[in-house]
Amino acid sequence: MMPRLNALLGFYALLYGSFAAALDYQLQPREIAAGVYIFEGRQEHFTRHNGGNIVNTGFVITDAGVVVIDTGPSRLYGEQMRKAIATVTDQPPVQVFITHHHPDHFLGNQAFADVPICALPLTQKIIARDADALLDNMYRAAGAWMEGTEAVAPNCRAEAGKLTVGERRLSVLAVAGHSGDEASDLMVYDHRSGTLFAGDIVFHGRAATTPHANIQVWLQVLRDLERQQPQILVPGHGPTATDSRAIRETAAYLEWLDTTLREAAAAGLDMAEALELEIPERFKSLAVIDEEFERSVFHLFPAIDQEVLHGGAGNGTR
Amino acid sequence: MKPMLAALVLLASLGVPLLAVAADPLASPGWPIAQNRFLTGKTYVFDDRVQVIVPRDAEDSTAVPGFVRVQGIPDVQQIMVFAELNPIPMIVQFWPHRLEPNIGFRFKVQQATPVRAAALGADGIWYIGGAWVNAAGGGCSAPSIASADADWAERLGEVHSRIWNRGDEGRRLRLTVMHPMDTGLAAGIPKFYLEELVLVDDADKHLGRVEVHASVAENPTLTFDLRTGGSVRIQGADNNGNRMLGEVE
Ligand SMILES: [Zn+2]
Repeated sequence: MMPRLNALLGFYALLYGSFAAALDYQLQPREIAAGVYIFEGRQEHFTRHNGGNIVNTGFVITDAGVVVIDTGPSRLYGEQMRKAIATVTDQPPVQVFITHHHPDHFLGNQAFADVPICALPLTQKIIARDADALLDNMYRAAGAWMEGTEAVAPNCRAEAGKLTVGERRLSVLAVAGHSGDEASDLMVYDHRSGTLFAGDIVFHGRAATTPHANIQVWLQVLRDLERQQPQILVPGHGPTATDSRAIRETAAYLEWLDTTLREAAAAGLDMAEALELEIPERFKSLAVIDEEFERSVFHLFPAIDQEVLHGGAGNGTR
Repeated sequence: MKPMLAALVLLASLGVPLLAVAADPLASPGWPIAQNRFLTGKTYVFDDRVQVIVPRDAEDSTAVPGFVRVQGIPDVQQIMVFAELNPIPMIVQFWPHRLEPNIGFRFKVQQATPVRAAALGADGIWYIGGAWVNAAGGGCSAPSIASADADWAERLGEVHSRIWNRGDEGRRLRLTVMHPMDTGLAAGIPKFYLEELVLVDDADKHLGRVEVHASVAENPTLTFDLRTGGSVRIQGADNNGNRMLGEVE
């Protein structure tokens, strides 16, 4: 893997190196509550135009420094994010939280190398293990924007529970369902403003992604969230929400996805035929729905299909 | 499609070579080679009654779903499915005999490629449909997950199958065979793949046969549409001489 990756890095550096100086994510910190800011990404897929900026990141200012939530898709993003943070506060970053192992959420880590970067143990482990593959994909998708980006595994283990940073109380929540079965997704709650950084547990106005999803676990987390109803919810992708609509939207889509694929497999549909299934009108307004549905068939159908087939007649070699 | 087809059939009957007439609707750089390899000396025509369903993007290049559906072409004798820009282009060769001319499968892709299905009609003409699938790649040269797993050998050759009665859409057989389907393209792992599956009914009548190639995904999972009732026996063989047997009602 490494020689190939290095070759790839070299290739992109050659091809795009000369443009790199001009690449600008134009990150504008937006204050959603006193001292709580977000950088809102686009409702798109990774492309060479958006440089992978399809994700929401954020930060909370305290009088003991800035707490950063996710570092974005590239080293350049991380660096530009850090500069943009410095335009609204003199406080330095003191801690970074990474919500989960998907590459658009942590590849800006290099820009925060002097700060503890904290993640759940599983997230640390997966990033360390799959660094090459995660990087490889992003280089392919975003090209020159990725120049100089390396996968830096979080160096600090996040513990679920309350913590105090300066005058602020924060809670770290360890949930799961989007990027794994168990303790895979981290959320950060700011008590003073009632803001929840939900990571990719919540998508808003955009179809959810499912490459490592456990839908039933995820749905349970969403049901709990809906009951707690944070005042302000920052989804991993899409606009900030002040009511439960984004939570319900994510849950409704996941429920439809799961039910539809299960019913399709139970009715004897082939995986390729599942690609042809009609997406209901109510989800058609979700950004990138066609692409994400297709991807989800890849992610979810084989396991469902195996259950269906292995439940049937089984015979062996003779 | 129809008038063009008629013209081509006419040309064919006059012995005029068709190759210059039929431009590849998928505009693939690999078409001349594929055509050479699989269709030399054969009369063929592009025809959208041969439907190839594949995803636009191969999210997992080691297991891309495909389904070929032939509608309105009588007495299909054989169907070849190939991904022409793959290192192992052929995916399956299918002789439907007493089965519907439809087949579902999963395959590996190494790079973006057209996937073609060529259906041989009773008239001796190959009818060709196809679609592009985009892929970041690596599917053919990646070692199978099964061979990395210590106890795959115990499950080698297990056949799991099920028949559905789908009302107007008829009976359907779906099956999966536990097999690593190693292409021989990953360093140090020899070619090891399921080669053939034969379907036979409960009166020992031959229903259909499929030749499976190493570009089929690990644990081959196939879909067939049946025309007959009763139970079906599945007889498989791999390139190392292992035989598999399954039976389903
Ligand atoms: Zn994610």
